[in-house]
Amino acid sequence: MSFETIIGLEIHAELKTKSKIFCGCSTEFASEPNANTCPVCLGHPGTLPVLNGEAVRLAVKAGMALGCKVNYLNRFDRKNYFYPDLPKAYQVSQYDMPVCTDGAVEFECGGRHVKVRINRVHLEEDAGKLIHLEDEPCSLVDYNRAGIPLIEIVTEPDMRSPLEAVTFMRMLKSILEYCDISDCRMEQGSLRCDANISVRPAGQKEFGTKVELKNINSFRELQKALEKEEKRQIELYRFGESHKIIQETRRWDSGKGRTVSMRSKEEAHDYRYFPEPDLPPVIIDETVVSAVKDSLPELPMEKYRRFTQEYGLSGDDADILTGDRYLSEYFEDTVREGAAPKAAANWVLGDMLRMINESGISSREIPVEPACLRRLISMVEEGKISNTAGREVFREMFINGGSPEEIVEKKGLSQISSEDAILELVRKVIADNPKSVADYRGGKTKAIGFLVGQVMKESKGRANPAMVNELLAKELEWA
Amino acid sequence: MSGGITGTHGNDFGLMSVREISAGVAAGRYSASEITRMCVERIKSTDGETGAFLTVCEETAIAQAKAVDEKIRSGKKPGKLAGVPVAVKDNICTDGIRTTCASRMLEDYIPPYNATVVEKLISEDAVIIGKTNMDEFAMGSSTENSAFKITRNPRDTDRVPGGSSGGSAAAVAAGMVPAALGSDTGGSIRQPAAFCGIVGLKPTYGLVSRYGLIAFGSSLDQVGPMTKTVEDCALMLEVIQGMDVRDSTSHRGKYPQDYAGRLGEGIRDFRIAVLKEFFTDGLDGEIASAVRDSARRLEGLGAAVDEVSLPAAGDGLAAYYIISSAEASSNLARYDGIRYGHRPKEFADVDELMEKARSEGFGTEVKRRIMLGTYALSSGYYDAYYKRAQKYRKLLRSQLAGVFEKYDLILGPTSPVLPFRIGERIGDPLSMYLADVYTIIVNLAGLPAISVPCGSSRDGLPIGLQLIGPHFGETVILQAAYALEQELKLEP
Repeated sequence: MSFETIIGLEIHAELKTKSKIFCGCSTEFASEPNANTCPVCLGHPGTLPVLNGEAVRLAVKAGMALGCKVNYLNRFDRKNYFYPDLPKAYQVSQYDMPVCTDGAVEFECGGRHVKVRINRVHLEEDAGKLIHLEDEPCSLVDYNRAGIPLIEIVTEPDMRSPLEAVTFMRMLKSILEYCDISDCRMEQGSLRCDANISVRPAGQKEFGTKVELKNINSFRELQKALEKEEKRQIELYRFGESHKIIQETRRWDSGKGRTVSMRSKEEAHDYRYFPEPDLPPVIIDETVVSAVKDSLPELPMEKYRRFTQEYGLSGDDADILTGDRYLSEYFEDTVREGAAPKAAANWVLGDMLRMINESGISSREIPVEPACLRRLISMVEEGKISNTAGREVFREMFINGGSPEEIVEKKGLSQISSEDAILELVRKVIADNPKSVADYRGGKTKAIGFLVGQVMKESKGRANPAMVNELLAKELEWA
Repeated sequence: MSGGITGTHGNDFGLMSVREISAGVAAGRYSASEITRMCVERIKSTDGETGAFLTVCEETAIAQAKAVDEKIRSGKKPGKLAGVPVAVKDNICTDGIRTTCASRMLEDYIPPYNATVVEKLISEDAVIIGKTNMDEFAMGSSTENSAFKITRNPRDTDRVPGGSSGGSAAAVAAGMVPAALGSDTGGSIRQPAAFCGIVGLKPTYGLVSRYGLIAFGSSLDQVGPMTKTVEDCALMLEVIQGMDVRDSTSHRGKYPQDYAGRLGEGIRDFRIAVLKEFFTDGLDGEIASAVRDSARRLEGLGAAVDEVSLPAAGDGLAAYYIISSAEASSNLARYDGIRYGHRPKEFADVDELMEKARSEGFGTEVKRRIMLGTYALSSGYYDAYYKRAQKYRKLLRSQLAGVFEKYDLILGPTSPVLPFRIGERIGDPLSMYLADVYTIIVNLAGLPAISVPCGSSRDGLPIGLQLIGPHFGETVILQAAYALEQELKLEP
C-alpha cells in the first residue's frame, strides 16, 4: 500500500518595526531582560493598546506579496489563555476578520508544480519568554518580546512531502526578506513554524487525522520532524493501528530526534475569542494599499526569470542566488561593478558560499566589497594571478579584509608569465625527474601531468599553467 | 485657620463648591494649601463614620497644593481647578499612590503612571486628596463588595451609599470634597449619586479617556464627575474630557468645550421623552411621583414632555450582565500573581501560583462575574450569549437613535429603589443587579446621562432623576439638570 502525505503550515514572522505593536517600546533583539518594557506591554492595570500603523502596513505588504486579498475592514480579537509569559492573559490577535486572505505561492519541487494556497495572514502580538534555571526551583520571565508584532501565515494543506514543505518555507522566507517584512532569523525565533501533517492511503479522498508539530527551529529540523512524523503515521497504518493516530499537538525534540505528545484535542484550550473592545475595527485606506503596492520589490520568482534571461545564468545558479535576497543582491552589485555575470555567479556560488558556510557569517553581512570581488575576478581573467592564487586571495579578503591588490602584493602571488623564468623552472624539473621524462618519451604521455605539477610546485603555484604546458611540451620534444 | 476666607459659604469648607474654591484660590482670597488643610481636617473628622476613603494622600496633596500656590505667587495663570481637592475612585491609577480597586488582589499595588484623567486634573491645578472606596473592581451597587470596609450613606448611616462609586459619592455628600471622580459601567456613578443626593454624570463613551481606569467592561466603562452642583459637574467635565492618543476608543471628532458657560440658556422648547418602560412594577412609588413631578416642573419651564415607548429596554439587564461579565472575565485574567498583585505564600508550581493568587485575591462577586463571563464566551455558548447580547445592543442603539430623532433628551428615575439598608441585599445578587435596571441601557448604547437630585422620600432619603442625552449631548442634559436644580432649590 502506498501513502500520500498532507502537510499544512502555520508560520509566525516577527515584523521589522522599530517599536512594538501596541506601545512605544523598542523591538531590538538581545537587550537586557525586561529593558524594553512599559506598563502597556507588561499588562499593568488600566493600560490600553494603541495600534502601530507600520505593523499594519507590513502585514498588508506580506499579504500582497503572497497574492492575498487585502481586507479593508479587519479587526482584532482577544485570545484568552493563562501562561506566565502572556502579560494580559490574553493575546491580541485576529480571529474571524484577518487583515489578508486567499493568496497562493507556486514553485517547482521534485518535478511537481506545487501551488500552496494561503488561507490567511493575520496580525498579532508576541508573548514574552520563560527562562528556566537549571539549578533553581524557579523560572524567570523576560517580557522584551511581549508585544513585538507578528504575522501569522496559515496555508491550506497543499504540500505533499516534507521536501515540499521545506521548499515552501524557503520560498516564503525569501519573499519576506525581499519585501523587508521580517528578519526571518529562525535561530532567534523571528521566523517560527508549526506544521500540520496527516497521511492517507493513496486514492483515499478524506484526509487522515492530523497531528500538529511544534517547536521547530530550522529548515533542517522541519524536514526531519516531518519525515519522522510521516514515518510514525505510515507505520501505524501499515500495522493496522491507524486509530492510534489521534488529533493532538506533538512537540519536536530535536535532541532526541523524535516527536513527543503535548496535548490531545480534548485537552486543547478553549480560547474564548471575542472582539477586542479596546481597539476599534481597522479600516485600511485605499491609498495605503496602493502605496504598499508601489513599494513591493521584485519578488524571487521574477528575479529568477530576469537572472536567467538577462545574465544567461543556468536555472540552478539563478535558483540558488535568488533564493537568498542578500546573495542575489551581492551578485548584482558585483556585476554592476563591471564583472562578467557568469564569472561573478561562479565566485558567489562557489568560494563565497563555501566561506559563508564555513564562517557562519550571514549572507547579509558579507565582509568582501563587491568592487573588490570584481577586481579579483579581473586579475584572474587577465592572467595576473592564477586561479588557485585567486581563491587564496578571496579567502584572505573574506577572513581578514583588505583589497585584492594588497593581498597579492603581500603574499607575492602575482602570476609568472615571463617565458625565461618559466623555461628555467621547466629545465630544472626535466633535469630532476629523468624517470618521468623517460616514461613520457617512451610513449606514456600521461607523465606530462606529473611534470606540470612539479613545475607549478617549484613556482609555488604562480606560474601561468598554459605557458608551463606549452613550454614543457616543447622542451620534452627537443631535448 | 485663616480669617481671610470669605465666599458664599464663608469658611464652611463642607459647603464650598468647585467654583467657589477655584475662584477664591485664583483671586488669592485663600491659598490652595489652606484649602487642602481644611479638606484633610474635614476628612479626619468625618470619614471615621462614613468610611469613604481607602487612602488619604495628605503629604502628596499638600505638596501639590504648595506647587499651585507657588505658581500663583509667581504670577502664572492658575488652572481651572486651582486648589480644588478632588477624591479619586480607587480604580483610577495614580502614580505612586496605592490603587487597589478595593480588592485584596491589588492591596499593595502602586501604579507606575497616572491615568489621563488624573493628569488632566493635576494640569488644571486640582489637588488629589485621596482614593475612595468602591465595590471590588467596580462590581456591585452598594459598595459592600469592597474587600476592605463598608461605606455609609451620609444621609442615613444605616444605609448604603450605592455603588460601585459609593466612596466618591459619600465623600462629596459628606462635604469632605467638593468633587470626586467615579467610574460608570452600568450605573456606578449615577446610582450612588442618586442614593447620596448629589450630581453624577456618565459621559458619552469615548469623551473621557479610559487610559488608567482599571478595566471592568471595556466597551461600557467611562470616568465621570461627581459633585454637589450641576455647575461643578460641568466644570469638572470640561477638564477631564478630550481626545487621548493613548486610548484608541477615545473620540476623534469634535465635542463641545464649554458646558458651564451655557448652563443658563434655559430649556424652552426642549423635547423630553419619558420612557414608559421605566415606570413599571419594580419602581418605588415615592421615586415615581418625585420624577413625574420633576417632569411637570420642566414642562412649566417651557419643555415639551411626552411619554414614549422603548420596547428594547426590558432586555437590557440580561445583555448587560453577559457583555460586562464577558469583558470582565478577560480583563481580570491578568491578575495572576506573576508580575504584580496578590501572590500566595506557598505554591507547588506556576499553575498553583496562579490558581491560588486568584482564589485568594478575588472576592465572591468578582468570582461570580468571572465565571458568568467565561461561560458566556465558551465555545458552544458564544452565539447564544455574547453574540446575541451584541445583537441586542445594536437593536437598542437603533431604537434609542429613533427616540433622539424626535427628542432632545430622555427623562426617568435613576434607580428603582431608595437607598437600602446595609446588609439588606448583599445575600441576593439578583435583587442587587436590579438596582441598575434604568442605568445600564445608557452604557450599552454609549450615551451620556446625568443623575440629579429631585427630591426626598418621607424618610428624608434622596431621590435621583436621570436625564439621558444623545451621543455627545452633554450640553443638553447639563442644561436640563441645571434648570431643574435651580427650580427645585433643594437643600443639601
